Amino acid sequence: MSLSTARDPVTAIHDQVLPSGEGWTHELRPGQVLRLVDLEGNQAADTLFFHADDPAERYDAQATITGQQQIYLSTGSELRSNRGRVLATIVADTCGRHDTLGGACSCEANAVRYGLDRTFMHSCRDTFLLALARHGERTGQRLGVRDLAPNLNFFMNVPVTPEGGLTFADGVSAPGKYVEIRAELPLLAVISNCPQLNNPCNGWDPTPIRLLVWDA
Amino acid sequence: MHIPPGTAPSAYTLRDGPIDAVDPLSPQSPAPHLVVWSETITGGQAWSGRIRRHTSLRLTALGDGANLVMAAWSAEHPVDRLNLPDTLKAQHIAALTAPRVLLSDQGQVLFAITSDTCGWHDPLTGHGDAEAVLAKYGAATFQTHRNARYRNARDNLLIEAMKHGLGERDLAATVNWFTKIAADTDGSLRLVGGHGKRGQYIDLRAEMDVLVALTSVPHQLDPAPVYAPQPVELTIWRSGPPGPDDPCRIARPEARRAYARTEGRFP
Repeated sequence: MSLSTARDPVTAIHDQVLPSGEGWTHELRPGQVLRLVDLEGNQAADTLFFHADDPAERYDAQATITGQQQIYLSTGSELRSNRGRVLATIVADTCGRHDTLGGACSCEANAVRYGLDRTFMHSCRDTFLLALARHGERTGQRLGVRDLAPNLNFFMNVPVTPEGGLTFADGVSAPGKYVEIRAELPLLAVISNCPQLNNPCNGWDPTPIRLLVWDA
Repeated sequence: MHIPPGTAPSAYTLRDGPIDAVDPLSPQSPAPHLVVWSETITGGQAWSGRIRRHTSLRLTALGDGANLVMAAWSAEHPVDRLNLPDTLKAQHIAALTAPRVLLSDQGQVLFAITSDTCGWHDPLTGHGDAEAVLAKYGAATFQTHRNARYRNARDNLLIEAMKHGLGERDLAATVNWFTKIAADTDGSLRLVGGHGKRGQYIDLRAEMDVLVALTSVPHQLDPAPVYAPQPVELTIWRSGPPGPDDPCRIARPEARRAYARTEGRFP
């Protein structure tokens, strides 16, 4: 299901472009809406959500897909926590399909998947770790590798076959496609704009995304 | 349901007959002198322990429709834990069977699936919690039901994790052994009924010292209206290291590289 909204970027309280290979953390109050815009198309945005006040409660990919008995995320998907609560809801989606099975790329997984000589390349896992360290420097809230659980990948297409296969397909996204997420609890959002160069998840050419936040 | 004191059942009703009808060590059984431990995980129970490198863990369903939930960590460095997204995408799979490997965050092999008579195990749907069990089956507390209380995967796994100094933050994605969850082409998920059978087993060879937590509870999508977790037999034996042509090692180039990374850490 695709659904657009009429939210005007002029009224957004936050509006920035995040280049590929960079991380971002931002706190969202309940009711605030975060929009991710795939500016140039086929760009994966790896995303984590934590409860802002008690980050041991965090996004749980398995609870989310089991809760909706559906692998793909789109408008209406409730993003669930490891404590079974709804952290956030996807309220608009002009792309139509987002992934939560594929996890984040890492130097270590790149070495396994593509060759031991790929370890040096940039990865979302490294970006997440640095973003959490920077968040700790600002806030004193110490998060680390234990807090990195399977994430969401906005604009990424990872089809599952009825025979139990998994493929990384070319994106279903395109320039200007966007998704909006409404916070249902106080959230810490952590985004890595994916630097993967070894597969088509970014169309072989990682590009910037735009991030906007509106008040309730 | 109120059960008078002294008459509470000590275990749940089996779906199909006595468990001693199954010999988990037959016919492809390890030699008895190699077996170091054998134990039955009662339905609803949890178990945890360290599986030493190059020993194997056989899990045998002792009832039809068993669902055994598993979390796993490197015993040496528990921050390095089972990473199911990496496991799936490195092998292009959305279901687990032999000869696949289970990868850690650090791109190393925790377990190799060396044998599997069931054919499909679920890595997608994870574990449920107390609220979900209460909503589905109603209340069955210790006070009224003694050891037949309705237990849930999250609480059971948390308890086992905490016995090893771990906690909520260390509990991530989990496997459901013996359960088949299939996806339709539109992405909708369904539990395939009648999949797991009594007597089926899976063998997991540890390629590093692995800390594992297991619990046998009904799958969240199991349509059966009665809470009926099934017992699972656990057998640990000294199976030895994988050779150069081990099927799990050579199944895919990704597996070869994961083995290279793992064995490089244990020269």
